[in-house]
Amino acid sequence: MYEMVAFYLFSVLTIGLFLITVMSKNVLYAMTSLAAGMVLISGFFFILGADFLGVVQLIAYVGAIMALYSFAMMFFDATRDIKEKNTNPALVFLLGGLSAVVLVLMFAAPIHSDAIQALYPMHEGVGNAQDVGIVLFTKYLVPFEVAALMLLVAMIAGIILAGKKMDQSLTEDMSADDEILTQKDEK
Amino acid sequence: MIGLSHYLIVSALIFSIGLMGVLRRRNLLMLFFATEVMLNAVNIAFAAISHYYNDLTGQMFAFFIIAIAASEVAVGLGILIVLYKKHGTLDLDDLASMKG
Repeated sequence: MYEMVAFYLFSVLTIGLFLITVMSKNVLYAMTSLAAGMVLISGFFFILGADFLGVVQLIAYVGAIMALYSFAMMFFDATRDIKEKNTNPALVFLLGGLSAVVLVLMFAAPIHSDAIQALYPMHEGVGNAQDVGIVLFTKYLVPFEVAALMLLVAMIAGIILAGKKMDQSLTEDMSADDEILTQKDEK
Repeated sequence: MIGLSHYLIVSALIFSIGLMGVLRRRNLLMLFFATEVMLNAVNIAFAAISHYYNDLTGQMFAFFIIAIAASEVAVGLGILIVLYKKHGTLDLDDLASMKG
């Protein structure tokens, strides 16, 4: 009963928030609704018994990725509304709907066969974090290390790409900086 | 009772919302938001399948998707900042410089 209430609440709220993310003209609204939707998605994970995944979603997505987005937003002009010209909105809705149907068929096709059996079954009486840790550090050790290396490379790439000419302001014009410099010289 | 198909339908709905965003957005930052929506939809599907089949593989894939999303955001935002420094805009129509 509680699961049903929570599921419908989370799904309606998530879909609504993500619709705001996709449709909104304001970057700030889009970003805050995306963050809220990600928090609610971690609620889905907690319902499904994937506790560790829910915690990782909260820490990595809401904590790290959204913080990164909000820092990057400070480089761009976030208060201005975004003007986008859409040439053919009906075609977009048609293509999106068709792709959704194809997606449902793709997901549903293998599930309705009986050939699926658990490769790494969950254990009774063992916590989810412990179970995940055992599988992650035995069967998935090499992909885990490769993912760590990939994150290191991405971190270096992010620092190098964003760090060039960090002392210059992007949104204000350069004359404002010159004024500050001349004021300093006068003193 | 909530079954696997409920979760898969929600996941497909969220995925199609994200896909619609990718198709209609012209601003690069908003395009990034739409891809995050799509990645989250797939994570829901993986976690649901993992729960209903008592198999941990789905959760493992969701972890790696989160790691890939994190590195994608780090590199992508760096590229966006470089683009904004160079062109002063993030609009895709203005950035199409190979029009011939």
